[in-house]
Amino acid sequence: MLPTPMAERVSLAIRDLAVQFESEQGVVRALDGVSFDLHAGRTLGVVGESGCGKSVTARSILRIVDRPGRITGGRMLLDPGTDGEVDLATLDPESRPMRAIRGGRVGLIFQEPMTALSMHYTVGNQIIEAVRQHNDLSKSAARDRAVELLREVGIPRPEARIASYPFELSGGLRQRVGIAMALAGDPDIVIADEPTTALDVTTQAQILALLRRLQAEKNIALMLITHDMGVIAEMADEVAVMYLGRVVEFAPVTELFAAPRHPYTRALLRAVPSILAAPRQRLSTIGGAVPHPGQRPSGCAYHPRCGERLGAICMERPPAPVPPGMTGASCFRDEPQERAA
Amino acid sequence: MNVLEVENLKKHYPIHAGLLRKEVARVRAVDGVSFHIAKGETLALVGESGCGKTTVSRCILRAMPVTSGAIRFAAGEGRTVDLATLPKRQVRRLRRHMQMIFQDPYASLNPRMMVGDIIAEPLKVNGVPAAERRERVRELLELVQMPQSARSRFPHAFSGGQRQRIGIARALALNPRLVVADEPVSALDVSVQAQIINLLLDLQDRLGLSMLFVAHDLSVVRHVSDRVAVMYVGRMVEVAPTDALYRAPLHPYTEALLAAVPAPDPARRGHRRVAQGEVADPIRPPPGCAFHPRCPYAVDRCRAERPELAPAAGGRWVSCHRAGELGLTGVA
Repeated sequence: MLPTPMAERVSLAIRDLAVQFESEQGVVRALDGVSFDLHAGRTLGVVGESGCGKSVTARSILRIVDRPGRITGGRMLLDPGTDGEVDLATLDPESRPMRAIRGGRVGLIFQEPMTALSMHYTVGNQIIEAVRQHNDLSKSAARDRAVELLREVGIPRPEARIASYPFELSGGLRQRVGIAMALAGDPDIVIADEPTTALDVTTQAQILALLRRLQAEKNIALMLITHDMGVIAEMADEVAVMYLGRVVEFAPVTELFAAPRHPYTRALLRAVPSILAAPRQRLSTIGGAVPHPGQRPSGCAYHPRCGERLGAICMERPPAPVPPGMTGASCFRDEPQERAA
Repeated sequence: MNVLEVENLKKHYPIHAGLLRKEVARVRAVDGVSFHIAKGETLALVGESGCGKTTVSRCILRAMPVTSGAIRFAAGEGRTVDLATLPKRQVRRLRRHMQMIFQDPYASLNPRMMVGDIIAEPLKVNGVPAAERRERVRELLELVQMPQSARSRFPHAFSGGQRQRIGIARALALNPRLVVADEPVSALDVSVQAQIINLLLDLQDRLGLSMLFVAHDLSVVRHVSDRVAVMYVGRMVEVAPTDALYRAPLHPYTEALLAAVPAPDPARRGHRRVAQGEVADPIRPPPGCAFHPRCPYAVDRCRAERPELAPAAGGRWVSCHRAGELGLTGVA
């Protein structure tokens, strides 16, 4: 196995991130020690089933975790190792620096673009406002920039479209506007949370192609959250597989699909329906369902569903997480390997 | 023998405007669709949002009145009825022969009823005596691989996949002649989705189900269907046996759909052509073939003349002026 070259600079380093939701029913550890790096010009695919913590990770980075959730540990270092290093975990979510980072350095693309857009204002007004919030520009310069952004995301006749309201646009065009909004602050990190899940398949292909082009042009560090292994295969350079608030495997995309290391990844890949299937082909299944994060099994949280369980060890203590920069699985069967820096 | 034969089905919605509520336009949601489902066969109805696939399924169940066309249903004892024109009251009597599996297992089960009662409800409505009902519920729980203890619990105690099993058991309670499944696995996580797909395959084998499987996910469809019907802007563009359709599509839209699906294989990355443009507006469909503005093979005739669904070799149907001369690319 060849190490993957990752010479690009680290834009964001997540270390041991922990997020808890406390309620009367008890404490839910939504994230339980998550670590990974985002690199300029590269796409990290984050994949997992509902409740695995992929969206909470995104919301934590932007400091928009809903109450009663809160960050209880770990660091999120923007520009780590530089003079300008900032730990997002220590910033007040409402503070000026955090507001400047959110939508500025770090852009967010939602599953449903209407989350980011208001019904009551034109597309143009909203993008102009986003542009002005993060740049010192006059109104007319901001308007020019908004038109340019709409053109960049492939919206036909942007000078006319700028006067449209979001509800006048198709789902595909709305997501393009959502992407333009995310780009308004010239981000060098973009988090896309299931950006194509609500879209039809031909539109999805267009939006994925657009994301790839924009990333290459702007050298963006892209964190792409999805439940779709096909989208991962299409887009990711590296992949983090999450299960119940932990990264259970981290690997370059070709390695992940060719030689998955974690039993959960193996099972997940075998369970995915394929466009290449034989007629009436059955799928391998994983027994049971993802447990509620409030009822985390002891030891390795995957052990009750694991077909490759070793024995008592898997039930008694959690396996070590995959250290950042390494390829491997958080599993007693696996020995993580160094990737070349 | 065919369980269902749909012929030239149309469902148009008028759009009214102005003081006199004059009809100003029509949404041609379904505009002349024909297909059949043989006994024991699963036909998948696929297409992107707004193509009319859900409208077709709702017309078949007579959840909405039909504008025109015939829906011939084999109602048993050699009797065939036209659901399109049958009075509502008689449709209700046939309902036991046509059951539905829904997309959202959270919304489709009554939260205040115990699972045993949910499954037994269609039996009760149809006058099955209590002792027989109990036995049938036991069989059905076994069929969908749920523990017998489930019968005295409420839906909230179950995961999405288990709820979908309960919904399937309810749909099968009366041994329906036709099951209409509308996106039955699209709300489920991958690992649960695989369980339900396998269950549907088992049930097809064991019970010889006849099923209309409405779905947008072409990967799921390849696993579960015998034939596939592809819709675009209210019309059928291609109908073919599943494997033939995926390997060698005859309609350019089918080719575009297949090419757009990301395969779970990084080696195939970037090897696909992305269809340009957007799905046409069913209020103002383009003249000629509705797909022509997006079709890389379109010629003048496609812009002027609407193609009709016509038979092709191998039991296939296609609606394209250039069918057979294009050599389109499928997925192996």
